[in-house]
Amino acid sequence: MKIDRRSFLTYTTAFVLGGAAGSMLSPAPWKLTDDIAIWTQNWPWTPVPEDGEVTHKKTVCTLCPCGCGIDVRLVGGRPVKIEGSTDHPVNKGSLCPKGFSGLQYLYGPARVTTPLKREGKRGEGKWKKITWDEALTAVSDKLAELRASGRPETVACIADSDQGTIPNLIGRFMTAYGSPNFLCAATAKDAVEQAIYVTQGKQGVPVFDIQNADFILSFGAGVLEGWGGPGRMLNLYGAGKSSKTIVQVEPRLSDTAAKANQWIAINPGTETALALGLANVIINESLYDKNFVENFAFGFDRWTDENGVTRDGFTAAVKGYEPAKVAQITGINQADITALARKFAKAAAPIAINGRGQGLLPGGIDESLAVLMLNALVGNINKKGGISVMPDFDYAKWPEIKIDEVASKGMQQPRVDGAGSEQFPNTRYLLNRLPEALNVAGDGVPIQALLVTDANPLYTMPDTEAAKKAFDRIPFIVSFSPYMDETASFSDYILPNHSYLERLQDVPSAAGISRQVISLSTPVVKPVYETRHIGDAFIMIAQNLGGFIKNAFPWKDYETFLKDALKEHWRNLKRKGLVELSHNPPEPLTYLFNTASGKFEFYPTAQTNGTDQPAALPAYAPVPIEGDMQRFDLVLTPYDTIRLAGGNLASAPFMTKTVDDTVLKKETSFVEINPTTARGLNLKEGATARLTTPKGEATVKVHLYDGIMPGIIAMPRGLGHTAYSVYLADKGTNVNTLIGSIADPASGLDMAWGIRAQLTRI
Amino acid sequence: MKEKNSHSNAKRYGMVIDLDKCTGCGACMVACYSENNVPFKTDETNKLDSINWIRVFKLTNNKPYPDTEVCYLPMPCMQCDGVGKHGHSPCVSVCPAVATDYDYSTGIVSQIYTRCFGCRYCMAACPYHARKFNWWDPAWPADTKKYLSPNVSPRMRGVVEKCSFCFHRYQQARDKAYLEKRAELEEHEYQTACAQACPVNAITFGDLNNKDHAVYKLKSSPTAFRLLERLQTNPKVYYLTSKSWVRRAGDNYLAHEEPENMKTTVKEHH
Repeated sequence: MKIDRRSFLTYTTAFVLGGAAGSMLSPAPWKLTDDIAIWTQNWPWTPVPEDGEVTHKKTVCTLCPCGCGIDVRLVGGRPVKIEGSTDHPVNKGSLCPKGFSGLQYLYGPARVTTPLKREGKRGEGKWKKITWDEALTAVSDKLAELRASGRPETVACIADSDQGTIPNLIGRFMTAYGSPNFLCAATAKDAVEQAIYVTQGKQGVPVFDIQNADFILSFGAGVLEGWGGPGRMLNLYGAGKSSKTIVQVEPRLSDTAAKANQWIAINPGTETALALGLANVIINESLYDKNFVENFAFGFDRWTDENGVTRDGFTAAVKGYEPAKVAQITGINQADITALARKFAKAAAPIAINGRGQGLLPGGIDESLAVLMLNALVGNINKKGGISVMPDFDYAKWPEIKIDEVASKGMQQPRVDGAGSEQFPNTRYLLNRLPEALNVAGDGVPIQALLVTDANPLYTMPDTEAAKKAFDRIPFIVSFSPYMDETASFSDYILPNHSYLERLQDVPSAAGISRQVISLSTPVVKPVYETRHIGDAFIMIAQNLGGFIKNAFPWKDYETFLKDALKEHWRNLKRKGLVELSHNPPEPLTYLFNTASGKFEFYPTAQTNGTDQPAALPAYAPVPIEGDMQRFDLVLTPYDTIRLAGGNLASAPFMTKTVDDTVLKKETSFVEINPTTARGLNLKEGATARLTTPKGEATVKVHLYDGIMPGIIAMPRGLGHTAYSVYLADKGTNVNTLIGSIADPASGLDMAWGIRAQLTRI
Repeated sequence: MKEKNSHSNAKRYGMVIDLDKCTGCGACMVACYSENNVPFKTDETNKLDSINWIRVFKLTNNKPYPDTEVCYLPMPCMQCDGVGKHGHSPCVSVCPAVATDYDYSTGIVSQIYTRCFGCRYCMAACPYHARKFNWWDPAWPADTKKYLSPNVSPRMRGVVEKCSFCFHRYQQARDKAYLEKRAELEEHEYQTACAQACPVNAITFGDLNNKDHAVYKLKSSPTAFRLLERLQTNPKVYYLTSKSWVRRAGDNYLAHEEPENMKTTVKEHH
């Protein structure tokens, strides 16, 4: 057969096509496609998690002060999942998103893995890895030098809390060293604490018995957004939803307001007026608890002081707050005010609470006083379902401290923040005043060395940029943070603490009216990195410093110290993980008060400071808002959301992932604005705008939200970090950089709720 | 075989979510990420490529201030039974690779990553956007690889993933029961991570066919509804709400239609 060109092409084509058609009928191509698919799915970098024996370890979450019991599931010794412990009395199995993200705080990219020494400029991010010995020596040498110069009070410490033995150990160190400057950020708890102190003469932790209350009147407290501890409050909400009435008073429809039985929209900053207005109705209609008021209260009616001067009582103070006037101030319907007062007074177990959002800011003392007195009016003090005060936790005891002359001289110096001074005698901490104190002229910066333990002031402080400039005047900053947070990244040395799952510590928690739960947080894993327990680090620094300071720390490490301090509780804690201490509130209706009158003081005589000022009675005065009204026609308020961590510890990547795209889009934050306000500014949903306040400016997007009062704009706390990792840094705007601090004249506490702002389309 | 199974005492695992209770905290989402090795990227704000097996949506009633109301709506995979509960789920019907299948013994719609070749037909077919595609290989920065659970395979680029009702938990519970020579699982033995995590107990999970399980009663509550019911996808995720505007948001109702009275029009094949 002759094969010419033509037949060659014909046969070849037929062969190829036939072959192709034939092989399509065979499994080969399908198998090949499948194999390719499988091959591309078996890249060596796709992890295959190692299997192993499944075990569970119970411990306590210390990511926030709530102190929830957690159950960590481990596979072959690796922790793989965190769940709530159903048998822990604080949270009974409930946990917040932050608690569930816990393993990212252990293994995540924001950890500081070794001690670091700053190489470049402050905040530049250039670090040199150093050994623990080098780090501890450097810090000890600096502290020894300042002490040798006779100025121990120039060392300050900023901690995230003053509860538990770790802050106490650090406090002991500061005392032995000779500095009164142990600082914490004041929260809403501080304002309530002070209100309790001036009315009841008791110092301690305020306890709100939400569990046994049936009518919760919340003046902006985000009970479902982290106020009072998210694990505990969410659990109570889930368990008691049908039996509790929640009335939420705030200008923005928050998650709490959305879930409340009633949302009362109020002009921001006028909560005090409403509380006094409710008291007015309750007194006028004689709905108050007469037994309590007549037998256990002082200053309800007119009274005469020791000089024979007749003074007004609480009844006179609230006289001016008749519903019509309060309606005008607060923007709430007059009938609604009266109805609310009646419902509150007639409820079986009412409780009134305050503290905006999670309660990260204290607010004015008058607000806390007015709300506390509202509780007192219905006899809700030291009672089931009421407010009581738990004496400062005293389950841990250690030997008396002996200090040397240098230390005692240092301890007598006034605090740098003015807390406890004549001006603010009842206030414990005023971190908000620190930047101002640092900005003194010349070289005499009152703080020469700053130790930062688990706090992150360079993110959380209002007017953050100004705070940063002020902090830059401190010659020596040491951070003990496990994470590369904003303050750590601005420090000179980082001595990284263990993360919470690697750390031993006690966790005190006020879980209810009559009990206190002390839990033990025990390490779930061995330290992953070259970190050290902060307690150990302080003990070692004390030992390096020698003398009386060394003698004040006769323990070899924190564990020995803790064992020693907890004494009889240690065994129980080790065995059961927690002990419940009854805090034995006064028997109902005995109401022991340590005030001058021995009663609950509706007229807080302690607040008069011995002067003749009749200003002790709570009164409503509009909280000044920073900014020129002509230029800034809106008011910006920060809000808290449980999906973002807005405090000292930032969100884990998992948390940021849950945030809606109407809160954050790429690197831009949204501000919530009422559609009518937006229309006036010619802004549409998602439009980009320039947000300006007297403190700073930012590029934002707008989200139209009917649930916010016209004229007000809101931004969440917890975005706009500059440090941590790429999963968090440069995402959105830190609202703290845009707001300022306004000191309450009576307490010095920050009472700003917002700042004037301007929004312009770009 | 299929027919036989579907009419035996097969399980139909399902969920009832009480929207009156849900506070929108997002704990279910995070617990799910952690349970199921869900990856995370530096930017998760593009929700089209952000992988979530359950996502909590925020709904509002669109009324002006201060009559505004907000409701949170968590959405996992609806585990559709399809018309007649014969496993004709929208996604199962279109998958050319049998990578997603309907399990007649549990009613759970599976997703087998190594079978999936990424055509994404199922994503187009799913009316609930429950399915997400891995456009990139997941990255586990720092030491986060160490917390991965061996019970759920980490996914790779090019495959679709979705909520499995924590099927691995079912397998473990079943294995345990088998070792203890029990044929049936207790209600508490098999719970999804989100149901377990919900701090306010808004999510109830169990066998919709089992009279002793809480979901059995809850699903017939007068306030119960399902999303896009009229598509007859027959989802096994039910919602409870006391608010009619929320119920209205659950489907594309015309102005004159009353969602409360519409339930009867949906055929329930048994």
